Amino acid sequence: MKHDSKFTNQKFKLVGTRVMRPDGVDKVTGRARYGADTFAPGQLVGAILRSPHAHAKIRSIDTSRAEKLKGVKAVITSADLPDLTDGDSDLYDILENCMAREKALYDGHAVAAVAASDAETARKALKLIKVNYKILPHVTDVDEALKPGAPIIQPRVLTKDKPHKPTNNAGVTTYGHGDVDAGFEKADVVIEKSYKTEQVHQGYIEPHACLASMGPDGQGELWVTTQGQFAYRNWCAALLGMEMSQLKVTSSEIGGGFGGKTHVWTEPLALALSRKANRPVKLVMSREDVFRGSGPASSTSIDVKLGATRDGRIVAAHAALRYSGGAFPGISGDIGAMVAWACYDIENVKSVGYEVVVNRPKVAAYRAPSAPMAGFAIESTVTLLAGELGIDPVEFRLKNAAREGTRASYGPTYGPIGIVPSLEAVKNHPHMRARLGKNQGRGMACGFWFNFGGQTCADLAIGEDGTVALSVGTVDVGGARASLSLIAAEELGIPYEQVRCNIADTASLGHNDMTDGSRGTFSSGMSTIFAARDAIEQLRERAAKTWDIDVENVSWKNGKAIAKGTRKSLTLAELAAASSNTGGPISGHNQVVADGAGVSFASHICDVEVDPETGATKVIRYTVVQDAGKAVHPDYVEGQFQGGAAQGIGWALNEEYVYGEDGRIQNPGFLDYRIPVCSDLPFIDTVILEVPNPNHPYGIRGVGETSIVPPLAAVANAVSNATGVRMTHVPMSPPRILAAINASLPG
Amino acid sequence: MPKVELFGGLRDAVDGAKSVSVEGKTIRELLQNLAREYPPMQERIDQGIAVAVDGVIYRDDRDQPIPKGAEVVLLTRIAGG
Repeated sequence: MKHDSKFTNQKFKLVGTRVMRPDGVDKVTGRARYGADTFAPGQLVGAILRSPHAHAKIRSIDTSRAEKLKGVKAVITSADLPDLTDGDSDLYDILENCMAREKALYDGHAVAAVAASDAETARKALKLIKVNYKILPHVTDVDEALKPGAPIIQPRVLTKDKPHKPTNNAGVTTYGHGDVDAGFEKADVVIEKSYKTEQVHQGYIEPHACLASMGPDGQGELWVTTQGQFAYRNWCAALLGMEMSQLKVTSSEIGGGFGGKTHVWTEPLALALSRKANRPVKLVMSREDVFRGSGPASSTSIDVKLGATRDGRIVAAHAALRYSGGAFPGISGDIGAMVAWACYDIENVKSVGYEVVVNRPKVAAYRAPSAPMAGFAIESTVTLLAGELGIDPVEFRLKNAAREGTRASYGPTYGPIGIVPSLEAVKNHPHMRARLGKNQGRGMACGFWFNFGGQTCADLAIGEDGTVALSVGTVDVGGARASLSLIAAEELGIPYEQVRCNIADTASLGHNDMTDGSRGTFSSGMSTIFAARDAIEQLRERAAKTWDIDVENVSWKNGKAIAKGTRKSLTLAELAAASSNTGGPISGHNQVVADGAGVSFASHICDVEVDPETGATKVIRYTVVQDAGKAVHPDYVEGQFQGGAAQGIGWALNEEYVYGEDGRIQNPGFLDYRIPVCSDLPFIDTVILEVPNPNHPYGIRGVGETSIVPPLAAVANAVSNATGVRMTHVPMSPPRILAAINASLPG
Repeated sequence: MPKVELFGGLRDAVDGAKSVSVEGKTIRELLQNLAREYPPMQERIDQGIAVAVDGVIYRDDRDQPIPKGAEVVLLTRIAGG
C-alpha cells in the first residue's frame, strides 16, 4: 500500500470539532433534492401491481386491457425481464424479488408494472391487469416454517443431506469453541429461556423513489435514493443486460436508509418501463408499498442456555437462533450466530444460526443486521443470571466481558476493544445512581457490531483559488460530508470552509462499495486522507519547481509549502493560482481497499415507567455509551448513537409486522405500525469513548450501527425491573406486558 | 504452514474440519491453495468470504501478508446496514 493505514496518534486541529454541516441549509429550507425531487421532459409515472396473496402460483397475466387504456405507454411483467443471471443465484433472487415469475412469494410481491402519462391513469391501468392466481398454502412464522409438512416456499432451497429435498431451512451455521456440555457440568446456576422478536421495518421517512431514463441508443440514467449508487448500477445493468458504463446512476439526498436502501426493488422495473416506453419514468413507492414490497428485518425465535459458577464466572453458553429471511435465503442466521456471544469471554461457547424461508418480503439489512435480536435474547438472559447469582448486572458483565486478547466467540482474537471501558462508564454514570419512582425500573445491556470497510476511492481537486472539491462515492447518510471535509482540511492544513465535499455519480469516480457496515466515514475518511496526502506531494513538487530546489527540501505545514532552512513559503492558494505554469491542475486521488475496520461495543442504560393498568411503557431516561475510535464530528457521532437508540426503543416497545391468517400484512402504514415520535422519547444522553482503531490512520471506528443493538434488551431489562415480570417477546406492546403481568398474578 | 480455522457453513467445504493447514504468505496465496486442496471452497470464496489475520478482519484485501505463526480464521462475509 502506498500509504500506511496504521494509527499514528496524530494530534488534531479540526477533527473532533463541531462545525456546521454543508448540507444543513438545503435540508432545513427544503432545497435538498431527494429521490422524488427531480424531473425530466416527457416523464411518465410508474406504478406497480402487487400480489394480494401470501403464496400463489401465477397461471397467467393478461395486460391487454391495461395496454389499451389511453395514456398508458408501457406495461411489463416478468416476461420483459428475461433471466440473464447466468447461474448467479444471488442475482436471480434479486430478479425474482423485483418481479414475481412463476409464483408470488409474499403479500406485496410485484407481479406487473405500468408507465402512464399521469398517476391516475397508472392506477387505473393496474386495475385492468388480470392475474390468474392459484392460491397456495403459506407460512409466515419462523418456527412454523421449520415444522414437518410446512408449505415449501422455494423449491430450489434443498436439504444438505442426500437425497436432497426441498426445505424451508436454508442453512445452519455454528460458531464457538470449547466443550459446552462439560462447561454446563461445572455451572452452579443455569438459566434457559426462549425468546421471540417480531419483524420490523427500518422505517426511513423517505420512500424508495427514482427517475429512470433509457434511450434508444442503449444508454441510461438513474436518479435514485440509495445507499450505494455503484451497487445499484451494477445490479440494474446486469438484470437489464447492459454494460455498466452505459448506465449512469446518481444518488439523491437520502431520507434515511438504515440498510433498507442497500437493495434494488423498483429501480430495475423503472428502467425496464423506460426502455419499453422510450420515455423517462418516475417511480415512487407509497408507504404501503414500502412496507409490503421492500425489505424489513427478520423475525426471530431464539433459545438461550447460560451457566455460571457462584462466583459469577460464566462457564458455558449456548444459543440457537432462528431468523426468517423472507421468501429468499440470506445470511441473517449466520450473522446472528456470529454476534450472539461477542461481548463476552467464555471458555465454552456455541451458537447455532438457522436461516429460514417464509412467505414474507425478502429481508434487508437493518442497522447491525441480526444483532439486535440476538442481543435481546442474550442480554436478557445475562441479566437474569446475574439476578440469580445476586450480582450487580454491570459487575457481572465486567467480570465476564471480552478484552484485548480474548478469543471472540466467532473465532478471531480481539485487538484493542471498548466493552470494558463502556461498562466502567456505565458503572460511574450518574444515571445509574438516580432514584427511581413508583412503577419505574432500570435496565442496561451491551451490544456489539463488526463494522467493515471495503472498496473506496476519492478525488480531491484543487481549484485555481485554492479551494478544494472533494469527491467521494459513499452516500452521505448521516453527516459524512462534514466529517470528510474536516479530514481533508486537517490533512491540507486549511480551513474547513475551504473544502466542499460532493457525492459523485457512477460516471465520475471509480467503484465505491455502499454506505453500509458503518463504513462511510471509516473508509472514505481513509481514502480522503490518502488523496490529500497525494495532493500534498504534488504541491510540494510544484513549490520545489518554483524555487528550483529539491522536493526533499520542501515541507508542508499549516496549508503552506515551506522551503526548509529559509523563510520562503507558498500557500495552497498561491500554488493553485500558478498551477497552469507549474504542470497543470493539481488533484489528489486515492483508491483503497479499506479493510481493518475496528469492531465496536456499546453499553446502554434505560429507565422506564410501566402503567400496571394498561401495560403502556414510557422510556423516561436513556443513556448511550459507545466506542467511536475517534469521533471526527462529535455531533454526528452523537446523532448516530441517539438514532440507533430511538429505533431500538421503537423495536422494543411498539413496532411489528402484524400478519393475518391469510398471510397478509395488516398494518402497512405509520398509523398502525407505530415508530417512536419525539413525544415518545426522552432526551437520549450520550457518552463517546475513544479507543483508537489501530488500523485507521486517525483511529476511526464505524459508529452507525452498534447503537441499535442494546436497546431491545436494555428496555426489556428495565420493564422487567419495573414489573417483576420477565418479558421474552418483542415488541413489548401494552397488551403483551399486561398479559405477562396478569399471568404472573397468583390464582 | 498457517493453520486456518473455519466457522459456520465454511466447514462444509473442508469435509467438516474445524481447521486445516494450508500454505500461504498472503491471503491471496492462502485462498488459492485452500481452493486447490478443497475444491468446494472455491464456490464459497467466489460467494464472498472474510479472512481474519491476528484478529483483524479482511474482506477484500488479498495482498495482506500472513505473518509466521499468525492466527488465521475464515469467516462469512457479513452484510451491514
